[in-house]
Amino acid sequence: MMEFFMEYKDMLFEGSYETLLMTFASTIFAYIIGLPLGVTMVITDAHGISPQKTLNTVLGTIINIGRSIPFVILIVAVIPLTRFIVGKAIGPVAAIVPLTIAAAPFVARMVETALQEVDPGVVEAAKTMGATNAQIALKVLLPEAVPSLIRGFSITTITLIGYSAMAGAFGAGGLGDIAIRYGHHRYQADIMWVTVVLIVVIVQAIQMCFELAAKKIDKRNK
Amino acid sequence: MIRIENLSKIFKTSNEVHALRSVSTHVEAGDIFGVIGMSGAGKSTLLRCIAQLEKPTSGAIYIEGKNITELSGKENIELRKRVGVIFQGYHLLMQRTVRDNIAFPLELSGIKKEERYKRVEELLALVGLENKADAYPSQLSGGQMQRVAIARALANNPSILLCDEPTSALDSLTTKAILKLLKDINEKLGVTVFIITHEIGVVKSICRHVAVINEGELVEQGATDEVLSNPKHHATELLLGISNIAEGGDAE
Ligand SMILES: Nc1ncnc2c1ncn2[C@@H]1O[C@H](COP(=O)(O)OP(=O)(O)OP(=O)(O)O)[C@@H](O)[C@H]1O
Ligand SMILES: [Mg+2]
Repeated sequence: MMEFFMEYKDMLFEGSYETLLMTFASTIFAYIIGLPLGVTMVITDAHGISPQKTLNTVLGTIINIGRSIPFVILIVAVIPLTRFIVGKAIGPVAAIVPLTIAAAPFVARMVETALQEVDPGVVEAAKTMGATNAQIALKVLLPEAVPSLIRGFSITTITLIGYSAMAGAFGAGGLGDIAIRYGHHRYQADIMWVTVVLIVVIVQAIQMCFELAAKKIDKRNK
Repeated sequence: MIRIENLSKIFKTSNEVHALRSVSTHVEAGDIFGVIGMSGAGKSTLLRCIAQLEKPTSGAIYIEGKNITELSGKENIELRKRVGVIFQGYHLLMQRTVRDNIAFPLELSGIKKEERYKRVEELLALVGLENKADAYPSQLSGGQMQRVAIARALANNPSILLCDEPTSALDSLTTKAILKLLKDINEKLGVTVFIITHEIGVVKSICRHVAVINEGELVEQGATDEVLSNPKHHATELLLGISNIAEGGDAE
């Protein structure tokens, strides 16, 4: 046991680090794209504060297309873009590109759902106070949706851990890569199971942290 | 203060709903004006048109002499600050404290934090919630939430307060207290109060003038005592409980 640990600990640490790097970096980039996209979807909705049918339909279609492309195909399809941005198509940093593209539309929908939960009456009340659309978005919709947004962030992160493992099959590194190289190619099931346990632990830890944060921040049930 | 001329509102859904049919009325400055009617009569639609939450199909609304549909964007925002609105459902920001809820309209106006909180203290005292400043809305009772909503609506020193069934979700004692608060606000601050209700008791206890609305039509209006003591329309009798729907006769 000890020997096993000593032999593979560097590799497993490195794998965990790469997985976390890929996951969090792409989550953040996905939010940079997806958050404004989701907010725009809510604002331009037919029942939103500034209905714009064409824009809403176009963005909605792009999001749906993005969400329906299977991730394995996306990885391969965006290789030219990945090369252009990162300079190479292999390794955890390169994997951030397809992971971000896969997650952005997912994030947009998550943000959209979170903001739709905000009581429309509160938005109307803000309107009667003379709030501009920007003020409604920044001071009403987003702050009121924070607990829900945090839960969405947690779901996105966890989903991306799964995707990052898939990217491992395409040389992205991380725990998924290790599981495939040792477990699949070299029949070292023990290493594969250790990576599975590590992934489960990481997912549980993330879920717990965000759930706690969402509960603590939410002022609705105090 | 508020003048309404031939206001009509048609909602075009699967069929056309005539929510308001050529409603005309006038609310004088400093009045407490009640609008009463059955559920679905068009009361909220009327208030929502005045509050610019709904666009009239035809007709005009003048507030302080200005036609509200003809204002520029900036004038519109200015006008909205002169007109406070409260709702049956309070519509408070659930993630903000009482203090920050009341400060919210001041924040929208870009007023500095220090000045904002000074004004909030005055408003908290006005509605009697000094000890709840740091509470969140979910920690308050309905009556307390409505007090927060009233304080918030008054933050910008409006000349008019529009109230859509402000006490319909409250018990009778709390209703009394909220109505007394609205009356105080009217008397002490000179704010014109426009209140919508389906309860005749609300009209009796605070309204100086009343309009009765029935199926989108304003069927009678005048000084409260006169309208209530000498109802001319069947709808008014129904609301007064003199007549009942089943028999069309005496409710005794
Ligand atoms: N957004 C809308 N779309 C379609 N119809 C509507 C809309 N808002 C109101 N209506 C209809 O207009 C009519 C008047 O509604 P309104 O809400 O003004 O009534 P109310 O007098 O306030 O009733 P209540 O006492 O139940 O609040 C109703 O028939 C209602 O169904
Ligand atoms: Mg109503």
